[in-house]
Amino acid sequence: MTVSFKGKSPSRRAFLKGAATAAGALATAGAARAAGDPLITEVQPWASGFGDGVDETPYGLPIKFESDVVRRNVEWLTADTISSINFTPIHALDGTITPQGCAFERHHSGAIELAKEDYRLMINGLVDRELIFTYADLERFPRVNQVNFLECAANTGMEWAGAQLNGAQFTHGMIHNMEYSGVSLRTILEEAGLTKAGDLKDKWIYVEGADASSNGRSIPMEKALDDCILAFKANGEALRKEHGYPVRLVVPGWEGNMWIKWIRRIEVTDAPVESREETSKYTDTLADGTSRKWTWVMDAKSVVTSPSPQSPITHGKGPLVITGLAWSGNGAIKRVDVSRDGGKTWAEARLAAPGQKMALTRFYLDIDWDGSEMLLQSRAMDETGYVQPTKTQLRAVRGLNSIYHNNCIQTWWVKESGEAENVEVS
Amino acid sequence: MLKYLNSLTAITLATMAIATAADAGPFGLGRAATSDEVAAWNLDVRPDGSGLPVGAGNVEDGDVLFADNCASCHGDFAEGRGNWPKLAGGVDTLDHDDPLKTVGSYWPYLSTTWDYVNRSMPFGNAQSLSADEVYAVVAYILYSNDMVEDDFILSNETFLDVEMRNADGFIIDDRAETEYAQFSAAPCMENCKAEVEITMRALVLDVTPEEEDAEAAAQEQSAPVSKTKAEAPAAAAPVVVPVQESALDPGLVAEGAKVFKKCKACHQVGEGAKNKTGPLLNGIAGRAVGTIEGFRYSKSFQELSAEGAVWDDAALAAFLAKPKAYAPKTKMSFAGLKKDSDIAAMIAYLKSVSP
Repeated sequence: MTVSFKGKSPSRRAFLKGAATAAGALATAGAARAAGDPLITEVQPWASGFGDGVDETPYGLPIKFESDVVRRNVEWLTADTISSINFTPIHALDGTITPQGCAFERHHSGAIELAKEDYRLMINGLVDRELIFTYADLERFPRVNQVNFLECAANTGMEWAGAQLNGAQFTHGMIHNMEYSGVSLRTILEEAGLTKAGDLKDKWIYVEGADASSNGRSIPMEKALDDCILAFKANGEALRKEHGYPVRLVVPGWEGNMWIKWIRRIEVTDAPVESREETSKYTDTLADGTSRKWTWVMDAKSVVTSPSPQSPITHGKGPLVITGLAWSGNGAIKRVDVSRDGGKTWAEARLAAPGQKMALTRFYLDIDWDGSEMLLQSRAMDETGYVQPTKTQLRAVRGLNSIYHNNCIQTWWVKESGEAENVEVS
Repeated sequence: MLKYLNSLTAITLATMAIATAADAGPFGLGRAATSDEVAAWNLDVRPDGSGLPVGAGNVEDGDVLFADNCASCHGDFAEGRGNWPKLAGGVDTLDHDDPLKTVGSYWPYLSTTWDYVNRSMPFGNAQSLSADEVYAVVAYILYSNDMVEDDFILSNETFLDVEMRNADGFIIDDRAETEYAQFSAAPCMENCKAEVEITMRALVLDVTPEEEDAEAAAQEQSAPVSKTKAEAPAAAAPVVVPVQESALDPGLVAEGAKVFKKCKACHQVGEGAKNKTGPLLNGIAGRAVGTIEGFRYSKSFQELSAEGAVWDDAALAAFLAKPKAYAPKTKMSFAGLKKDSDIAAMIAYLKSVSP
């Protein structure tokens, strides 16, 4: 990989900014002893004049002070932005639902604009009836709601060979988690009829998008009939074009590339198509040169989102909230442990809510920070008993060339100053 | 009203479908797909060659097609340019550090190459090649990988004769057997290791993009007017075409900037612009055709340049509308802008860019 980008550490910048704010607060505190905080003792403009009227922004965006909470890309990763990826600012978010506007994007031929009126969904192949649905047709089927994470198989992929990118957004930001509304894929398949397909055990579906990349993936029928949905709403509103408006496929727990956007065709087949994205890409090469294919499930994984390189500690010692996200493609998260000493000792974190299947889980560890440096790690466990492995464990099985499916334990070196850096530890 | 009519049409169609489908599904929704419709979209090709149309193409024709449609990103010999995918080379590198995965070294099925070229390429002009042309391009890719001789003809009949080097290089996901047991031990909580040392730091590489902080961004948002003013002198300092700048419609320029997103994959413009897959476009309006230093122009542009052609409005409009009509051998794979309004906006935008 050619490295063409050189820049100042975001950690340093975030830290300096935070430190300046803290210094300001101290000065204010000094003045407060004499005369009181002017933010309180003096009438502020917002407490005297008008704010914006209703309809100022018919569809609201975050306030300008939050304008750094945005998707970012890493220019040197791809040749252009049309077939590229950017990253969710997970270091700055809380809770579990990712707002659509900052949920990462991955396109193979750009985000297309496909109107509902122009939308058609074809079902063909080994079905009793080859059918065409309009968008309006889809809205008439019984609907389901589901919260699911979508993780790109390449999330954390740049870290296989060593600590490389300095920020949770860049190391773990190819993920988002939304509440989807749509139609169960099973409902649609049954509408077309599966009698002709015969024994469903060895049958597949091939799903394909309407954009110029014609991204397509083969999915075993068992998964297709299990929990997949054709979603048209996310977090209550229409999908954004970058996420596949008007209809995308949701494949819970499985790698993001299979969640076909702008889905236009479902073909029932007796074998996988072996398309580009399931042979030349999204296959995991092991140390001996053989490669794993059909590595669909995203294994249990977690990361501390704050403190982290883009979210340093700026308040000094004392009460500190350590927080992060955990998820598993094999079911619900049962437990998350946090280590502050690089994995020598671990403490069980508090889950904000019990883990849900194939959805993000938020965890917290509330500590009294003594100001000494920490090697912060988190370790997820899911309902199958699987424990998130270390990078050393993963490398022992897979070598360094896998690119995809890196679910290793991440380490942030939090220094006495509160700054944090992406490191690897023994 | 229009929406209402659309809904009515949809209802009519749905009713027709129910009426005509002898055995409707549980909800009776949707309509029967026609055979032409299925044929138009059901294009995928399987490893056994099923789905391939009848056709043929040879290496020689593929060479020409590849130069015209593919080489601007993938290189004349499929060796790749810059960060764009390399399609040839890399044999015996799969067990090395940073293996080079190409059609020759990695792809297990030829069907994947044919299918991908047919449905998804050329980049930005997908599904523009005929079946015979796809056979020819794929034949050339195989030739670039030393997998066939230069007299090879790829067709639906010779398709299965091609042996892929890495056909046996894949195993089905075995994580459940090789990993899950060893990653499911009861987790250690105390004294899990004696020593912990930092073995690698991200800052050593320093490849993380720099962030714009919220305050700077907020200032930018709240003071867009002064920013525009500050930049205006630079933008309005043309050397070659001084009159046009003042006549530019800012709305049109902004529209053009949006349209330019289609071009950004290959062209840079503005301060610090460099030649990429396509030449840099600073000051293109009014400039002599084919004169950017360091860019390897196609034969068409070399000829136009020799003839003394200039990028005036008419030339820009003609090229933007149909690149291959204006310059038949251009390496630009972009099909052209369909809307006249987009072309006008693009020309305004290109004029607005300082030389």
